[in-house]
Amino acid sequence: MKIVLIMQRLILTLLGVSFVGVSLLAFTGQASAQPAWMPKPPKAIGGQCDLDPKIMRKTHMNLLDHKRDQTMHDGIRTKKFSLKNCIACHAVKDESNKFVTIKDERHFCRSCHDYVAVRMDCFDCHASRPGDAMNKAAKAAGNPHDKSAGVSSMGKAGDTTVVTLRKFIAGEAK
Amino acid sequence: MISLKPDQIQPVAQNTNTNDGKIRDAKTREDSSRREFLKGSAAALALAPGMTLFAYGEAGAKPAAQAVTNKSRWGLLIDAAKFSDADVDACVKACQDENGWRDNGRPLTDAQWIRRVNLKNKKTEEKFSLPMMCQHCAEPPCVDVCPTGASFKRKDGIVLVDKHICIGCRYCMMACPYKARSFVHEHVEDQKEHAPRGIGTVESCTMCVHLVDEGKQPACVKAAPRGGMVFGDLNDKSSKLAQLIKSVATQQVRADLNLDPGVRYRNI
Repeated sequence: MKIVLIMQRLILTLLGVSFVGVSLLAFTGQASAQPAWMPKPPKAIGGQCDLDPKIMRKTHMNLLDHKRDQTMHDGIRTKKFSLKNCIACHAVKDESNKFVTIKDERHFCRSCHDYVAVRMDCFDCHASRPGDAMNKAAKAAGNPHDKSAGVSSMGKAGDTTVVTLRKFIAGEAK
Repeated sequence: MISLKPDQIQPVAQNTNTNDGKIRDAKTREDSSRREFLKGSAAALALAPGMTLFAYGEAGAKPAAQAVTNKSRWGLLIDAAKFSDADVDACVKACQDENGWRDNGRPLTDAQWIRRVNLKNKKTEEKFSLPMMCQHCAEPPCVDVCPTGASFKRKDGIVLVDKHICIGCRYCMMACPYKARSFVHEHVEDQKEHAPRGIGTVESCTMCVHLVDEGKQPACVKAAPRGGMVFGDLNDKSSKLAQLIKSVATQQVRADLNLDPGVRYRNI
């Protein structure tokens, strides 16, 4: 009886180990060829966001929440973490060269939120694509994330706020 | 005795996309905390380059990173004598274009940030009209009654709805003696990016807060006949608005309620 139990446990353990192994293989293999079922967020117009995508993926909702209160109640309208600015940079165009709204599944936010099945209600009220004026102005002002253009509002080389924030998120600073 | 009777505004043309939202100066400015700003506001103002100061009482742009303070209190003076019905409607249209609300031909449920009020003196039968909107009270009853804190007054006197925490109970609409607020009954699409609005929340005139923060004038003021509406800082005694209300007779609507509205009227 006891031997049967031990055997059962052994088989289960082996199964578990092999499962982990297979999953690991799947994830390491993803770097070269991404499986079709993985979300593929479209690239931002302005290239990579200045905060590490890993940090953005995990904390964008908190950053947006914090910024929204600052803007709403204190009138702080800097571009950093402003939803309007995120939308402008992460806008996706359709075949007719128009920006898609949240109704389109190619929309940047939907590309991931659909996959993780997390409903967001931002766009019940907020515009989900850049306005015409915003689009023109953004082109005129250059890419907000492009450090070489010297107009970056998000984490220029000397911007201590972003450095501090990064450290805070990484648990290095309190 | 004048009886205030809100009337239906004329249906106006559909929204046109002509407002020019302007991207803010992309240069990073020094992040000065509010506390630092209060400690040495004079020094901070002198250091920030390219800024328009409030010195002459004209609306100047505050640095984007700077929080609003109670140093200013934004207000309006509306001269009813300068408004024809069409002038008031032009202001309504300008507000619709700027903030993206529109008349859907369903007056009972349509949004109404600003409206035309038709008045008649019963004895003399004199008729006139004036624009009526949120009066941005110093003691706003809508803020008193809000159960969630969504209805709030900014430090510079602008009364707003934080739609992130509004539950749509409409208590503020009941409390407002000016009938300034409306409820969004219908699903909204293609909002202006600077004026988020959505179903299930209450909204009202924001005094074009997005423009005021950039040192610009509210849309209705720009659309009003010359001198019909004056926007400015009530706290700054040198501002055009403060000088005007000092020199001419003005009044607050329902001053008896002691709400101290930031919007004042002339010739009513």
